[in-house]
Formats: sequence, C-alpha cells, structure tokens
Amino acid sequence: MSATNLTETPEVTAVRDKDISPGRWLGRALAFSVTGLFLVFFALPIVWLLLAPTKTARELLLNNPFSFGAFSTLADNWNQLTGFQNGIIFTWLGNSAFYTGAALIIALVVTIPAGYALAMTDFKLRRPLLILTLIVMLIPNTALVLPIFLELSAVKLIGSPLAVILPFSFFPFGVYLTYIYFSTAVSKDLLDAARIDGAGELRVFWKIAMPLATPVIALVGFFNLTGNWNNYFLPFVTEPGRKSPVQVGLAELLSNVPLFNPTSAGSVTIDLPVLALATLVSIAPVLIIFLFSQRFLVTGMTAGGTKE
Amino acid sequence: MGYTFSSGYTVLLLAFGVLPTLYAIFLAFTKGGAFVGFDNFAKVFGDYRFFPAVQHVAIYLVVYLVCLTLFVVLLALVVHAIKVRWISTSIRFLYYIPGALAGASSVLLWLFLLDPSVSPVAFLLKAMGLESFVQTVSIDNLPVIFTVIAFWTGAGGWIVIMYGALNNISNDVMEAARIDGAGPINTARYIQIPMLRKWISYMGIMSLAAGTQLFVEPRVLSQASKGVVPPDYSLNQLAYLFAFRQGDFNGSAAISLILLVVAVGLAAFFVFRGGLFERD
Repeated sequence: MSATNLTETPEVTAVRDKDISPGRWLGRALAFSVTGLFLVFFALPIVWLLLAPTKTARELLLNNPFSFGAFSTLADNWNQLTGFQNGIIFTWLGNSAFYTGAALIIALVVTIPAGYALAMTDFKLRRPLLILTLIVMLIPNTALVLPIFLELSAVKLIGSPLAVILPFSFFPFGVYLTYIYFSTAVSKDLLDAARIDGAGELRVFWKIAMPLATPVIALVGFFNLTGNWNNYFLPFVTEPGRKSPVQVGLAELLSNVPLFNPTSAGSVTIDLPVLALATLVSIAPVLIIFLFSQRFLVTGMTAGGTKE
Repeated sequence: MGYTFSSGYTVLLLAFGVLPTLYAIFLAFTKGGAFVGFDNFAKVFGDYRFFPAVQHVAIYLVVYLVCLTLFVVLLALVVHAIKVRWISTSIRFLYYIPGALAGASSVLLWLFLLDPSVSPVAFLLKAMGLESFVQTVSIDNLPVIFTVIAFWTGAGGWIVIMYGALNNISNDVMEAARIDGAGPINTARYIQIPMLRKWISYMGIMSLAAGTQLFVEPRVLSQASKGVVPPDYSLNQLAYLFAFRQGDFNGSAAISLILLVVAVGLAAFFVFRGGLFERD
C-alpha cells in the first residue's frame, strides 16, 4: 500500500503543478478569499450571540467581543430574563409552541391529502385549484396580513388562538411540494394495483401513499414549523398582550432596554446581555431543528426544489 | 374522491387566500359600506407619507436584488467548484444557518451588530465614520442595512437551491467544456449561468415580491432608535398606521390591495410566462 502511494504521489503533484497557470492560481486564491469572507459574515454574528449572554453589561462593552464571560454571569442573566414580568418569557415561548404546534398538525392533515389528490386523481376543479395554489404560493405571506386581520376582526376572532393557528395552517407551498413529490416519485400503477386488490381509496392513501411520502411530510413539516415560529407581522396584529408568541414578545422586551430606548417607561430595565440571551432563547428551538436536520436540509431541499 | 382529499385545504384556501383578498377589494372601494370608486386610493396617493414610502421600498429593492443575484450566483459557483465533499457540505450549512433567525430575532441581533459600542465589528463601523447607533441607522444607510439583514438570513437558502441546480447540469456537458479548454470563468459564463437563468429569475421575482412587504425590520429599528427610523418608512408600516392609528381601514385596505396586486402580478407573470411550473 505505502509503496504504491509513494510512487503515485509525485506524479499527481507534477500533473497538478503543470495544470495550474498563474492566472488560475490567482482565481483560486480569489475564490478562497471570497468563501472565507462570507463564512465570517454568516457565522460571526451567531458566534457573538452565543457568547454575549455570558457577560455582564460592562464586560459586553469593554471586553473582547469574542471572549467568554462566566457561567455564573450567564445564570444571573437567565434569572434577570425569567424574572422579567414574572417569567413572561415562558408564556411567550408556550404561546409560540402552542400556535406553531397546532398549526403544524392541521397543516399536515390538510396539506398532504390535498397534494396527493392533485397529483393522483382527476376531478373537475383540479386545474383551477392547482393554478390558484401556485399563485397564492408566490404571494409573500405578509401581503395578506392586513386583509386577514380585517376578515378575522369582522368575525370577532382577534385575540383568539385560532386567529394565528388557522392562517398558519394554510400552507400552499406545502401542497405544491407534496403535489410535485407524488407526481414524480410515486407511480399510479402501484396505487391501481392496490385498488384491484380491493383496497378502498382511504386505505390506498393511508397504507400505500403515506408511507412512501415520509420524506416530503418531513420537509413540509419543517418549512411550516420554522416559517411560523419566526412569523412576526400576523401575530403582532392578531395576538396582543400576553397572548403574543415569542417573536412579538421579543420586540416588546426591546422597549425596556434603556440603551435603545432612553425614555423607556418601564421601571424594570433590561441589560443588553439579557436581551441577547432572550434573542438566543427565542430562536433556540428552530436552531436545534436546523442542526438536527442538517443533512436532510442541504440535500433534501434541493431534491424538492430542483425537480422540474 | 379528489374533492374529499382536497376539501380541508380548499376551505383554508378560500378562508385565508381568496376571501381576505375579496374583502380587501371591497373595503378599498367603499367607505362605510357605500361604493366610493377610487376615493380611498386618491386619498392614499395624496398622503404626504405615501411617495416617500414607495421610494424607500424601491431603493431598498434595487440594492437588495442586485446584491442578492450577484453574490448568490458567485457563492453557489464557488461552493460547487469545491470538490472535497465534506467541506462543500459544511460551507453550505454554515451559509444556511442564519436562516434559522428570521423575523424579530434577526433584527434584534443586528441591532447589536450595528451599535458601535457593543458590535464585534465596531472597528469596521468606526472606519466608516459611524460612531453611534443613531448615526449607523440614519435614513440614508437603511437600504444597505436592510439588504445586509435580508441577505444574511435569506441568501443561504438560495445558495443551496442554486447549488442543487448546478448539480443538475449533466456531467457530459461539463466534461465537454473542459475538453474544449474552458476555464472556470468561461464555463460559468457560457454554460452554468445560462442554465441557472430560470432559477435566478425565480429568485428575483420571489425576492422582489417579498421585498415590497418590508415590515418587521423598519418597525423594530424604529422602536429601537426612538424615531430616527420613521414609523412610516415602508408601505406596510403605512398601511398599519392607517388601520391602527387612524382607524381608517378603507385606506389601509387600499394600500394592502396595491401591494397585493404587485405581488400577485409578479407571481402570475412568472407562473404563466416563466414556464418554471409547466409540467403537464
């Protein structure tokens, strides 16, 4: 083994050296620095955010931005955050979990069968439904916020959990993903075979189509959950006060930070490291989901995205 | 059978897609239930805050779309050229991870980064002559600041999508180019970028439509800067003010409708002319 390696290595490097002209070498150096620069740009703020809550307000201003403070300071900051308005942060987090969880369940229950029906069955309204889905899918979700608010206000639902759960469960992008998946990855013959064997439509869907659709169910769930967790505008207008999810609460917290808000009305003030900790806490669930689904995201997302 | 399976979704589509749109149309053309034609629109257009808001959003969109297209394509090409698999995967993942921070969280994080007193890149801000947070978020800097925030959270996802599209270019084509002596730049220019065109325009239209809806970034910055960033900076903020500060739902609906028409128009143009979704 080592003998063959020894004989091969010089050859390989010789070929490479010959290949790389000065121009191409310069190109590589350029590509390398561009990648490095953007890595710093994307990663540095997150690293800073992970370290900031371990410092006191004074240390945050004076110490090296990338130094680690102390675990005891982290505990102090945590206590200050959870002490704010008797632990309202937990109420906000609970609201977020409830809204996004309920919306996720409804979204999956209505989205997967709809995508399946559009891909695998024929019915009169199929094409209009598909076109409408494509158009609505491309509308940014903030575009409908005020009209949805007005509609919900007309039926007196503002302030009820349903005022965010139901709009969050409407997920045309998920229908489109499921539709693409079924129409490209699952053959109709397979379903027909099951029908000939005497299985009813519901059984065919549940026993055959659903198990095959696991990857797309995960993908739809991921996008629905992360998108809704981070949504700000809709809950901001429909869920005031203690019913707010954490994203809206976070902006609320900001008004108690003297540095950004010198005339803050509240008697309890929030230090910068505590605000950083709150930011971290608010995104922790999504960040954890991201970390665990790393492989599936970087490959799975393109699998869904590039099928034409 | 198709009707049963799609019924739940259809109800939601009607309730939260079609109905709010119809309701907004109704409100935009009426006042107190009576038809008033284009009066609401005339009032909105005549409002002294309307055209500045249009201008703000337009400038931001130009800066953002140019940066997004340029850098996403460049970074995707570079990442795609990396042959060591784990390096390429890790870089894509690191680019992608800020996507976990969207909404208020990302703006809050950038509040810190833009404040020279705590920012880890304070030396950069100071080198640009920005000594305080209020100076940094002055109104002329906002298009660039919003671009940085939006790019930071959103570019990674697009890079992953472009990377996937680059992977779909067949090896034969790339091989042929190499044999013909094309270097990375010529390959990118004559083969890869033309084949990405569909995805680039998809990204452009989606980001254009989404960018018109600017709300959370100026709102949080406005809250943090005590009025240095005006509360009526963007069109959506103006629509919000109409509805909740002036109690003028008709005017608010008129602005929402304008924004909706822009978004749907762009989407429809893409669906029917772009051909990305043609499958049957």
